Amino acid sequence: MTEQERIQKQRTTRTAAEAPEVSIDTTKGEQLKADLDDLLDEIDEVLEENAEEFVRNYVQKGGQ
Amino acid sequence: MAIEKVLGIETEYGVAGGPDQDPILASSIIVNAYAQQGASRINWDFEGETPDLDARGLSGLTAFAPIVETHLANTVLSNGARLYVDHAHPEYSSPECRTPLEATLYDVAGEEVLRRALSTANASLDPSDAITLYKNNSDGKGNSYGTHENYLVSRQVDFSDVVRAMVPHFVSRQVVVGAGKVGAETDDALSHAPSFQLSQRAEFFEEVVGLETTLKRPIINTRDEPHSDAERFRRLHVIIGDANMSQVATFVKLGSTALLLAVLEDRGAAVFPPPPRHPVRAVRHFALDPSLRAVEQADDGVSYSAWDLQDALWHLAQDYVAATGAPAVASESEVAEILTQWREMLDGVRADPSGVADRVDWAAKQRVLEGYRERHDLPATDARLRAIDLQYHDLRPERSLSARVGLRQIFEVTPVREAVHNPPRSTRAFFRGRCVERFPDEIVAANWDSLVFDLGDGPLQRVPMMDPLRGTAELTENLLETSTSAADLLRALDG
Repeated sequence: MTEQERIQKQRTTRTAAEAPEVSIDTTKGEQLKADLDDLLDEIDEVLEENAEEFVRNYVQKGGQ
Repeated sequence: MAIEKVLGIETEYGVAGGPDQDPILASSIIVNAYAQQGASRINWDFEGETPDLDARGLSGLTAFAPIVETHLANTVLSNGARLYVDHAHPEYSSPECRTPLEATLYDVAGEEVLRRALSTANASLDPSDAITLYKNNSDGKGNSYGTHENYLVSRQVDFSDVVRAMVPHFVSRQVVVGAGKVGAETDDALSHAPSFQLSQRAEFFEEVVGLETTLKRPIINTRDEPHSDAERFRRLHVIIGDANMSQVATFVKLGSTALLLAVLEDRGAAVFPPPPRHPVRAVRHFALDPSLRAVEQADDGVSYSAWDLQDALWHLAQDYVAATGAPAVASESEVAEILTQWREMLDGVRADPSGVADRVDWAAKQRVLEGYRERHDLPATDARLRAIDLQYHDLRPERSLSARVGLRQIFEVTPVREAVHNPPRSTRAFFRGRCVERFPDEIVAANWDSLVFDLGDGPLQRVPMMDPLRGTAELTENLLETSTSAADLLRALDG
């Protein structure tokens, strides 16, 4: 291992220690997956009442 | 050798409502609302911005440099990000981050920044002028706006090799990280009358390689504006991604791309699967086929599906990680998580997309659309389905569908709140963010690679930050903590 590689390695270890841990919460996904019906009930409540107008009024100027 | 993959995401948010339904005014109100609630009002400095430089080294192209709207709201945040009005959209450019996970956190923090700005702005507006914001990429009527990723790449890699290596990934990654879309909006896609596409953005791409970002959008953008030492670095400006609501999808989008760029730097372009013969046709064709069976002939004469290409690219990345550990991308555990999630999403979309609807945005959206359509027995053209598509990306907590469909979370509320305020410790964004917080009255301008101080006596003083990996907490925290004034800090930097 060259000096440069060693420095690279140390630096990576240090960065890793500072980075947030990867920990993906799986519970929420599985819980809701089991019950599409509840979700659809909720969507009925949350969806804009006048969907047609809501969608028609959403016009953007172009961007990048 | 692969260089450390400093990276970040810039997002143009969709904006509706506001006084006179004027999107530029609404965007300015949003940016100013955030600035007024305690964040910085420091101006952006356009010195050194050269968006018309072409990575292919060509000159005399017919492309136009983007219009720079200097009179519009434009701020630097204490987390090192930039929040401003770009075209007719509020845009959050995340601070430079050192790993895909960190960049995901700062993308999620961007949503929170915009949510706070929205709530502050609407509190002072008449309810009939309320503004709404969307983290998406099209209005369903032919207008698209971007979510751009940026990756630090070694200048030693020839640009033609970037094109050769990355086209297969950019046309195919939508099978795992596409955000999904109801219907179509450009002539070519409309002629296929799709009820659903994998990607928000795919149908808007018209060229393989080019400098444009608003017209004739290219799969590989050649903007050569490194915002760093141009002798050593490129900044690969990726304009073909969808805005993801799924944190895991953002993580995999960034992680897979960063890994493949490290493979390119260390192993060259020849190890990559062959690009499709017609990349533009391929990216659109793949988007139109949620069954994932569509194939396109590649340069080697063989026909591949997008899934086949992703599978080959995953194996390429996995082999590279096994051999080198990919320290240029992230820690061992983070790199392992990128590969695990990428693999699970890839296998999931092929077996049963609803099985990965907790991570893959298009699968989450499609599951809800199909369920809703069946329940109410709706035709494919019903406006409620388009409303579901739009509200999936809605930033209002009371209207957001992505917040309700059961997406896996990587980050709890607390780290996101901290990232709204604090810069990443791992790059020069730390120095920028902390200076903006500590010395807001002495900094007159800031941009990616410098800060300009005005101490009141004598000329303005520019502090250059040409290396994204200098200015980290490790290198500057002590100095910043012991400096009692901006003058103190500048003296110490000089010494």
